[in-house]
Amino acid sequence: MLEAVNLGCTRGDRRLVTGLNFSARPGELIELRGPNGSGKTSLLRILAGLSAPAEGEVRWQGESIKSLAEAYSSSVAYLAHQNGVKDELSAIENLRISSGIAGNALSNSEAQAILDMLGLSRQQSLPARSLSAGQRRRVALGRLLSSNAALWILDEVLTSLDDTAIRLSRRFIGDHLANGGLAIIATHQDLDLAAERIQRIELSR
Amino acid sequence: MFGWLVWRDLILAWRRRADVLATVFFFVIVVSLFPLGVGPERETLRTIAPGVVWVAALLASMLSLGRIFGNDYQDGTLEQLLLTPQSTYMIVLGKILAQWLVSEVPLVVIAPLLGLQFGLAQNSLATMVVSLLLGTPVLSLIGSIGAALTLGLRAANVLVALLVLPLYIPVLIFGTGAVQASVNGSSPRPYLLLLGATLVLTLVFAPLATSAALKISVE
Repeated sequence: MLEAVNLGCTRGDRRLVTGLNFSARPGELIELRGPNGSGKTSLLRILAGLSAPAEGEVRWQGESIKSLAEAYSSSVAYLAHQNGVKDELSAIENLRISSGIAGNALSNSEAQAILDMLGLSRQQSLPARSLSAGQRRRVALGRLLSSNAALWILDEVLTSLDDTAIRLSRRFIGDHLANGGLAIIATHQDLDLAAERIQRIELSR
Repeated sequence: MFGWLVWRDLILAWRRRADVLATVFFFVIVVSLFPLGVGPERETLRTIAPGVVWVAALLASMLSLGRIFGNDYQDGTLEQLLLTPQSTYMIVLGKILAQWLVSEVPLVVIAPLLGLQFGLAQNSLATMVVSLLLGTPVLSLIGSIGAALTLGLRAANVLVALLVLPLYIPVLIFGTGAVQASVNGSSPRPYLLLLGATLVLTLVFAPLATSAALKISVE
């Protein structure tokens, strides 16, 4: 279970979010909405444990994520604006190496299966430099699928994806939630997800 | 997990080997300029050789510092690394190890060849290699602190030099001291021991400082 207690974040001198409280149980989806510059990404980074909140705290299974530190990291998968895909490595190398570093190494065939699912089987040995923006995003999605994290934190997950890929990612997120996972998604588009419970958090400027 | 990280950095370095070669060539050229500039007198050359090689090594190692975290920071992989269940300490250590293997070890290998230009005797060349082997990891370790602190800043390269070069001074003194001693026919042992002690000390503490700096920079 994820809880935010009286969370506040600032960017420079500006207060973006103050006194935010919410909690989410397994299987639940949190949709984070708000205009550009309203602090969605800052909030997601705090929830991922990448930056510290200006006030309040985030709790995972009842414990502050600050004290959990690396133990929390193993339950989180964060897909940021930047894909975190290495240009010099091929799609399959990106996937295998990032999952190896994260401690759940994939075999060659497992990585191939994920890339097949994402429709990248033909491009799997091209360096990521020569992939299109949407294809790189798909590689980043592959990293999400290869992790066994319970909490997915997704920042504008659908950017630069085509219709097929959007449908695919909806299905992945749906499956993740159905398997008792949690997801927090910042988005401008309607996700149309068939989750059991959806919470909307609206940030304003 | 640690192995995967080092492996990743080695592959990346191989795919961008021009960067690494540039560092090595820089080292070779700087060292080779001195005999040309100072003149061919054997005695003078032999006296300046330890200092020249060591200063060139310091400068060459500075060139590669920006790459320890810079590229990963730009494409978002650094964030992903920090979000792995591995401790930041180990991540930093892995990246430093890879940087040392890629950018510093070639300098150590090529240094004896360059030493020949200065007419150094065999035992002095051996001391030079040993002192570089002990000293260059310290350069990487201390340098990583500067690299992490200046991550994402404009003019980061100049700032790194200003931050890190003063901290390199002990290594420079012990390193050149060792080679100098061996050129003069005395024992380089005390200097090498001091270098070793510096290495142990920085191996323990530098990654801590780098981790803290990284967390600040990424935030």
